[in-house]
Amino acid sequence: MSRAFDFPGGIHPPTRKARSTREPLREAPLPRRVVLPLAQHRGQPAVPCVAVGERVRTGQVIARPQGRVSAALHASISGTVSAIEPRPVPHPGDLTAPCIVIEGDGADDWAPMPALAWRDTPTEALHRRLAESGLVGLGGAGFPSQIKARLGEHHPIDTLVVNAAECEPYISADDLTLRHHAAEVLEGARLLAHLLGAERILVGIEDDKPEALAALNTAIAAAEGMPAIELKVIETRYPSGGEAQLIRRLLGRQVPGGGLPADVGVVCHNPGTLWAALEAVRDGRPLVSRVVTLTGEALARPGNVIARLGTPLAELLEDAGLDPDRLARLVMGGPLMGQPLARLDLPLVKSTNCLIAASAEELPAPPPPRPCIRCGDCETACPVALAPQRLFAFAQAKSDDKARELALFDCIECGACDYVCPSHLPLVSQFRAAKDRLRRQEAEARRAEHARHRYEGRQARLEREAAEKEARRQARRQAASRPPSGPAPQARAQDSGGGQDAVKSLRIAQAAAKAALRKAERALARASDADEATLADLETQRTTAEEHLKAAEARLQTAQTRNDAQSSAEESP
Amino acid sequence: MPDIIAAILVLLGLALAFGALLGFAAERFRVEGDPVVEKIDALLPQTQCGQCGYPGCRPYAEAIGQGEAINKCPPGGEATIAALADLLGREPEPLDGEAQDEPRVAFIREDECIGCTKCIQACPVDAILGAARQMHTVIAEECTGCDLCLDPCPVDCIELRPREPNAWHGPRPALITSDRLDPRVGAEGVTR
Repeated sequence: MSRAFDFPGGIHPPTRKARSTREPLREAPLPRRVVLPLAQHRGQPAVPCVAVGERVRTGQVIARPQGRVSAALHASISGTVSAIEPRPVPHPGDLTAPCIVIEGDGADDWAPMPALAWRDTPTEALHRRLAESGLVGLGGAGFPSQIKARLGEHHPIDTLVVNAAECEPYISADDLTLRHHAAEVLEGARLLAHLLGAERILVGIEDDKPEALAALNTAIAAAEGMPAIELKVIETRYPSGGEAQLIRRLLGRQVPGGGLPADVGVVCHNPGTLWAALEAVRDGRPLVSRVVTLTGEALARPGNVIARLGTPLAELLEDAGLDPDRLARLVMGGPLMGQPLARLDLPLVKSTNCLIAASAEELPAPPPPRPCIRCGDCETACPVALAPQRLFAFAQAKSDDKARELALFDCIECGACDYVCPSHLPLVSQFRAAKDRLRRQEAEARRAEHARHRYEGRQARLEREAAEKEARRQARRQAASRPPSGPAPQARAQDSGGGQDAVKSLRIAQAAAKAALRKAERALARASDADEATLADLETQRTTAEEHLKAAEARLQTAQTRNDAQSSAEESP
Repeated sequence: MPDIIAAILVLLGLALAFGALLGFAAERFRVEGDPVVEKIDALLPQTQCGQCGYPGCRPYAEAIGQGEAINKCPPGGEATIAALADLLGREPEPLDGEAQDEPRVAFIREDECIGCTKCIQACPVDAILGAARQMHTVIAEECTGCDLCLDPCPVDCIELRPREPNAWHGPRPALITSDRLDPRVGAEGVTR
């Protein structure tokens, strides 16, 4: 393959996958109790729709999505809701988050949705089904799938890529999924290609998975109908499973910085997600379980299991033969991009693709970092062609704006730079910290802007109230003082001229306020599909403009009454 | 001689034409308000707390435009001073007052609230909800933590609490990416 069709850099770490691929895929034992965090996906957390003490059946909705980017949550076992409270969740900050706890009854009594034959079902019903199934990307990012399935409405999509590269060491969940369920994954790919309007399905797989490859070939040969499915085998190199990297390698297209694969007509899905999408439609089975790789030297029986969401990690690991004395560190995800977990009493979530129970020799603590020697190895390894050493210097000095100028936000946090660094510098953690700081700064700026609009709205309201009061007072005074005694004639004449000018300028102000209100209304109408915060902000601005207009009208009225009074006073003597 | 007169006339004509053009442009494209004040206002944190001695962020921005010191905004802290110094080409000065390191929101202890509406009138961003002789509460999302509602409260039932951080955007310490796979360990496990 020519270099033009490839991403730069990349590394070849030991893959260590064989340990978890020896055993076939198996079902994990049904947990007695599950803990289901409300935020297992990108975007807004789901809102519970069950009460404590309520009986739920497997597959029943227990929390509904809120906002635009969100996902539903389903009971993964049947039983009784015993608590809705903050519990520890797998998060790098070792935080607690709101969870729904279900005590199981051991019956696994299902409440499935009606099965649909997707080829005969209207598209809108399929979209709705994906949203109702709480489906999210199972590769690790956890982005709600129904939003990705609707990308075809705004972007012309020609290719659906099945991302089976699974390039990170240790992880073999997709490999095993394909070995056992290749036909279902491909059928799921056809379903999503149908929703996206994509004419081509491309499966990208690394050449270190011969069994999965054989299963795929058999499934492709057996599959009939359109669209045709192509299989592309690529040489194993980390991180070819990154969306942008895989698209570059398979199609030679470059996803623009800060852009989405959809911008170049491609949507990527992980095999596990496609399988789950097919089950959601064909069997009416929402996302209540996932394939997870259990591996590491502290496990006697490593392998891949289909586990219910919310299963305590300790139960999963004990079932795989955990030796607590050998366990030195527990990692969720891969060794390069995953996160260390400080405790075992955490639940399995939708984005948990792998658990590494590593011994001390296996993943040793990093040696202390030494100063950067400017060797440039990180630059050679970077798959996005960034300059990690310069980014690192800026991020460390907290010159975040300079780091942003060097395309910090294009960093995919793959950890290739960390891996090759001879000085053992923690590059990616610094990048993540810098990104967090920048995001927080932006959020603060948005908050400040919104507070300013609220403040302006309040000022406008007070102004309007004052102006209306003045108008009422003027009207009262005039009613009381007719016939007017009138001020001295000389002063009156001056006043009258000034009054005319004032009315004129107030008319102009009123017209300007009217225009501002129209502009605010147009802005609000245009942003009808924006998120809630933006809408609230625009609504505040519209109200402000309205108050300004009312104030201007009241002032104009005051001035006019005063003028009328004066002119009638001038006429009367 | 006629050449000179012609040249003078031509230049005079040009001068008049351009003068008229510039005069027209100055009228037609006049900028409303002071653009520098807008820029300064955009950098201020918009808490409207009045700790600078001005009745809001906008008045302080106008004062800075007139030459007021740039170090009087405690909620903005050093970051705001640096940004203002950058914008105005002035020297950054140390903060005048006590820095606030964490964002805060007002909280009304609702059992104690007597419903006097005094805090509602004091709030610069309309973030307190309530009515006379009814319990009041703070809309935490809109509160800027300016503490202007604390003083007017006759029963001292308002306090400032740290704003809850967004759990999924918090800091991420101790990442595994800083660990390397030990090259001594073979592809299929530890070789000892």
